[in-house]
Amino acid sequence: MSQDYPALLVIVPLLSAFIISAAGWVNKRLCFPLSVAALSVSAYSCIGLLLRVLNEGVVHYRLGGWPPPWGIAYYVDYLNGLVLCVVSVAALINLIATKKSIEQEFPEKTGPFYTLYVLFVTGMLGITVTGDAFNLYVLLEIGSITGYALLAMGDEDRAPLASLNYLYMGTIGACFYLLGVGYLYIVTGSLNMVDIAHILPGLYQSKAVTAAFIICMVGVWIKMAFFPLHAWLPNAYTFAPSAASSLIAPLMTKVMIYVMIRLILTVFTPAFAFTTLAVSHYIVWLACIAIVMGAILALAQHDLKKMLTYIIVAEVGYMVGGAWLGNRAGMTGAVLHIVNDALMTLCAFLVVCNIVYKVRGYAFADLKGLFAKMPFTMGAFVIGALSIIGVPPTCGFFSKWYLILGAIQAHHYDFMVALLFSSLINVVLFFRVFEIGFYEPFSDHEGHEHHSAVMAEAPLSMLIPLYIVTAGLILAGLYTGDIVNHIIRFVIPEGFI
Amino acid sequence: MGDLVQVVIAKYNYWIYITLMMIGLYAMIAKNNLIKKIVGMNIFQTAIILFYISIGMKKGGTLPIVEHGHGAHHHAVHAADYINPLPHVLMLTAIVVSVATLGVALALGVKVYNRYNTLEEDEILAQIRKK
Repeated sequence: MSQDYPALLVIVPLLSAFIISAAGWVNKRLCFPLSVAALSVSAYSCIGLLLRVLNEGVVHYRLGGWPPPWGIAYYVDYLNGLVLCVVSVAALINLIATKKSIEQEFPEKTGPFYTLYVLFVTGMLGITVTGDAFNLYVLLEIGSITGYALLAMGDEDRAPLASLNYLYMGTIGACFYLLGVGYLYIVTGSLNMVDIAHILPGLYQSKAVTAAFIICMVGVWIKMAFFPLHAWLPNAYTFAPSAASSLIAPLMTKVMIYVMIRLILTVFTPAFAFTTLAVSHYIVWLACIAIVMGAILALAQHDLKKMLTYIIVAEVGYMVGGAWLGNRAGMTGAVLHIVNDALMTLCAFLVVCNIVYKVRGYAFADLKGLFAKMPFTMGAFVIGALSIIGVPPTCGFFSKWYLILGAIQAHHYDFMVALLFSSLINVVLFFRVFEIGFYEPFSDHEGHEHHSAVMAEAPLSMLIPLYIVTAGLILAGLYTGDIVNHIIRFVIPEGFI
Repeated sequence: MGDLVQVVIAKYNYWIYITLMMIGLYAMIAKNNLIKKIVGMNIFQTAIILFYISIGMKKGGTLPIVEHGHGAHHHAVHAADYINPLPHVLMLTAIVVSVATLGVALALGVKVYNRYNTLEEDEILAQIRKK
């Protein structure tokens, strides 16, 4: 059983999606427990796998028993073991937390929604676990296509168009990745990541390899919304149903950053990416622009959800910049920030989900008096916000610490300044929200101001998962040392300064 | 000039796929109509499918089916005589993906049309701005 964890974590949700779809026709109430069961099996396998990796080292799994490079192989090492755990646990928590919100927003469509939800998670887990470059493309498209559909289920006026724009950009991104894999296949004749890494060193001077790397990178950047290519993200995430945005916002961009790091570290090796190509400085500068622009655009927004989406754009800049600093501290910061940012984004979007459930809006005007009305939700929001700003002991502080350390070691003071600038802007952003929520009196829809707002908190089934995530933020901060020493240290290959 | 023609002709498959890809990209960026953008997207995907198909090709190669394969005794198979089937098989999957994407895109187009009664992007944006 435990030998088959790598296959189980993808196949169980994949097959369950069809069962859930069928069960939706019989009785809609069956869908939720089935989805929880499927994602629990995935999460259990992911945690089991990470523990196995910690004890035994890299886990190899051959699908159908075919040896690589002919068959598809799954490799689980420290990097994707960690990302798998984050993805599966975040998806499971979000599923439980948003049950009521889904029932409120589209009571008729819960069956299709859960089907797409589980398929999306299948795609994300598959991208993370696979060791085959083409298989990654297929799973990426499974994740993306279900993502387009999930996002389009939101606001009837805006969501379909926003999702269609995302679809155009996302398809270009995935096609670029596929094209890059095609170039790699021409020069190496292989699709297996480890096999490609063995063949490539003799071919580093080949123009086709350079082309493959750049095309793959551009494709992945479109998918992760790296600054000049971010235009699809804010609208698509803002107008989506709250349950879908709190699923996709934490996972999609973070998994794509994992893919970028995987391409740098495993497929092309750091020697090629940092030494032969010598483009890392330019990419770090781009990341600085991404961080600054993401922060400034966030400042210009008038509603909470859109503000958070621009913060995601800035956070993507953190991780891309950290990975391309080309030193141990920067890469540690980038990998740590994948974990932390997934948790922070999940926390912030779950708060939005609770607010929308009670107030039916997420504009700043709707947040008036919320600290009196929903004290527990807003309490979690304060902790999430402090983590995004980077206040110890929340986890956001520690990944930022490593990123700044990496920036100083690489003499990239521009990156350090961009990080500090964005932290300052985050302070302004979140304290503006606190101020509205705390001091401005609650007004009902007729415009009458109630000074003593009645407490109307979200149900416990939404609050408890939110507080689990919030506790996760603090625990991930307190145990940063363990995560770095026992997991991330082994992600980074020897010889990395 | 003669050299250039030689280069173009020797690698004509790459030139064709790049041209098609750019046509698709142009349509997605410049066209105002949502359906035309979707068509551009499909051209873009098809260009990459053609690229993969063409890299499996070999001069003088034949279908990768080994004659009297079943029950026949050991007979040498010259890999050079057969075109490479792997890129073609990969593209079966990519075609399925592109059909699925097209389906989702058209469905979203229908939803947009039902809401705004137009598929021209500038008219839709004008209606959104008016609200």
